[in-house]
Amino acid sequence: MGVMTIDGRKVSFTNERNVLTIIRKAGIDIPTLCYNPELSIVGDCRLCTCEDDRGRMFATCSEEPRDGMVIFTNTARLRKYRKMIVELLLAAHHRDCTTCVRNGECSLQKLAKRFSVMEVGYDNYKEMHPLDMSSPSIVRDPNKCTLCGNCVRVCSELQGVGALDFAYRGAEAMVIPAFNKTLAETDCVNCGQCRVHCPTGAISIHHNRTEVWDVLYDPNVRVVAQVAPAVRVAIGKEFGFPNGESVMGKIVNALHRMGFDEVYDTTFSADLTIMEESAEFLDRISKGEKLPLLTSCCPAWVKFVKDQYPEFLDNVSTCRSPQGMMSAVVKEYYRDPANNPDGRKTVMVSIMPCTAKKMEAKRPNSFTEGEQDTDYVLTTVELIDMIQTTGIDFANLDPESADVPFGFGSGGGVIFGVTGGVTEAVIRRLMPGHDKLTLQNIAECGVRQDGFIREFSVPYNGMDVKICVASGLAHARTILEQVKSGEKEYHLIEIMACRKGCIMGGGQPYTFGEDSKEARTAGIYRADSETVIKKCDENPMITALYDGLLKGKEHKLLHNEGY
Amino acid sequence: MLDQSYYRKVDEIIESYGKKSSSLIPIMQDIQEEYRYLPGELLTYVAGQIGITEAKAYSVATFYENFSFEAKGKYVIKVCDGTACHVRKSMPVLEALYKKLGLSKKKKTTDDMMFTVETVSCLGACGLAPTMMVNEDVHPRMTPEKAEEVIEKLRGGGDA
Ligand code: SF4
Ligand code: SF4
Ligand code: SF4
Ligand code: FES
Ligand code: FES
Repeated sequence: MGVMTIDGRKVSFTNERNVLTIIRKAGIDIPTLCYNPELSIVGDCRLCTCEDDRGRMFATCSEEPRDGMVIFTNTARLRKYRKMIVELLLAAHHRDCTTCVRNGECSLQKLAKRFSVMEVGYDNYKEMHPLDMSSPSIVRDPNKCTLCGNCVRVCSELQGVGALDFAYRGAEAMVIPAFNKTLAETDCVNCGQCRVHCPTGAISIHHNRTEVWDVLYDPNVRVVAQVAPAVRVAIGKEFGFPNGESVMGKIVNALHRMGFDEVYDTTFSADLTIMEESAEFLDRISKGEKLPLLTSCCPAWVKFVKDQYPEFLDNVSTCRSPQGMMSAVVKEYYRDPANNPDGRKTVMVSIMPCTAKKMEAKRPNSFTEGEQDTDYVLTTVELIDMIQTTGIDFANLDPESADVPFGFGSGGGVIFGVTGGVTEAVIRRLMPGHDKLTLQNIAECGVRQDGFIREFSVPYNGMDVKICVASGLAHARTILEQVKSGEKEYHLIEIMACRKGCIMGGGQPYTFGEDSKEARTAGIYRADSETVIKKCDENPMITALYDGLLKGKEHKLLHNEGY
Repeated sequence: MLDQSYYRKVDEIIESYGKKSSSLIPIMQDIQEEYRYLPGELLTYVAGQIGITEAKAYSVATFYENFSFEAKGKYVIKVCDGTACHVRKSMPVLEALYKKLGLSKKKKTTDDMMFTVETVSCLGACGLAPTMMVNEDVHPRMTPEKAEEVIEKLRGGGDA
């Protein structure tokens, strides 16, 4: 609490974490590279430096606010200092901007422009290092690393994994996995959160755009797309729509124009997931075995369990993820000559908010009859790139509906995109009734409460079903430790690796501050509200599928043979 | 693959400092003292035992110059490249050693595990520059020729 003077104006503050936050609230965008509100403070990059009335220069991100401080944010000295820091960063940087993945969206590039750096007066002393392409999800380019350490802290503090860290010192310092291993050799769970928080092209999405273009241009291939719930609320902003607005209809239109033969909606297979997972849950409850049931739709979380808590692997639901179910069902559908008279090969392209889905698609259990179910996974970011390549005027496209027979999901399928969504859909399935009041009671049972860890219980058949919903793998670790020690007991645990769920996935466009979390969450719930059918078992396309194609094949198409 | 005896030894060392993250450095020091280097497998093992990530352990180990992941030769030669020694031409000494032993900046140890050649910054004997150390002994006022003689002597089994 107090008042400070910033550039001659009085600014009051309450309990802000640091001076930087106060300055920014006062409307001055102090540059930063290594500061992130969700991470611990390291004060490494020095870009946020300001000075006080005694000429003391300090990093505002690591300065505690004190009453009466007098701060200057834009003195001649500071401008020179900041520009020099940017120049030094550029000197140690592989500056091939025009062919860089981050071209136009790079924080370092923006800094160079902002401080009018027109030449770099230092030699690049850095040795060139090879790219790490080992992960199907992300690519590391050490030659573009600013050593801000964001990825290191994201991976350890938010995700509890710690696959990356600093190594060596001085001019040789790098951020790499232990022993300079490739990412694929580490416990990296492919979540892509390091990429979201990296200011440059040093960590980027392992893209599959080229492969998808190739099949789109091949007349002998039927290219089928599925679009995940979280994609529709993250793409609009890039084309001028309000943050979080669902633009599914326009996505479908754009995909058709790009040459996709069929466009299906992953909310449909999310309904399938709920059908199967609810049944599995009731079965385990009645037998009293393999509880708590752990959700299986987030592949980063499943890998985390496999690498770090193998003792819980039996608890993980055997259900395939919505991505997996959709692809398996679609491929099975076109295996029937009646549905494929011209005998074309079917290629499944899944459009996801998630980098880990690229890994899931290649998991040995993501194959049916020896064939990979999902051929390619494109992230939201790659889809945006591809739409931009075509020149399609996305903003003015007419909305189109997805195709039959797999193009419609219930509201329960839509909310998979946010933390708590899977659980809420399960509860909707288990509870009788679908009237307003029932749905409202479910929404208010605790599943939508604030916070990254949500504990609550719902009554079912005379028992109290204990549930825990969490997002962020560091939180998952906390929960598993508590379950292990017996401190906590649950029947169902839903985990999403990304904080707030897939809407904040590692393949989404760079987040626009805290706003994106709220706007995208609101967008998902709005899309749910606008859907006529709220429960998976009331989706007529689902019932038709169980009566037809799925008969006797539930296990083959919808479940994993272990992890 | 390291022999089980290594792990037994490391268990003892870990035991003596306690399974906590702050024990990392003393544990690494003891391992290095025991084997004259820090085998990577053991570092990974220690990280798991004291509850830190492998990447963090590697980070600490590579931050300090004195930890080495490579087994070193019987004779560890450190050529000083501090300022004083550098201006008094320590680099030709280093080059002469590299040439004589077939080593380089990347390949530091001879295949017969006899010699390791490294550089250090200032041995604290600038008055005797350029200096070089062989294990614990300081060799003052080096020249390329003198360096070669030292190698000959050591090869002959003498105590240079
Ligand atoms: S993808 Fe996730 S687990 Fe892998 S290094 Fe990045 S943050 Fe860590
Ligand atoms: S890879 Fe990116 S996030 Fe990680 S230290 Fe380098 S610049 Fe920072
Ligand atoms: S939470 Fe969603 S976006 Fe994130 S890793 Fe899991 S499935 Fe992917
Ligand atoms: S943002 Fe403050 S030092 Fe990097
Ligand atoms: S510089 Fe070589 S001993 Fe000091």
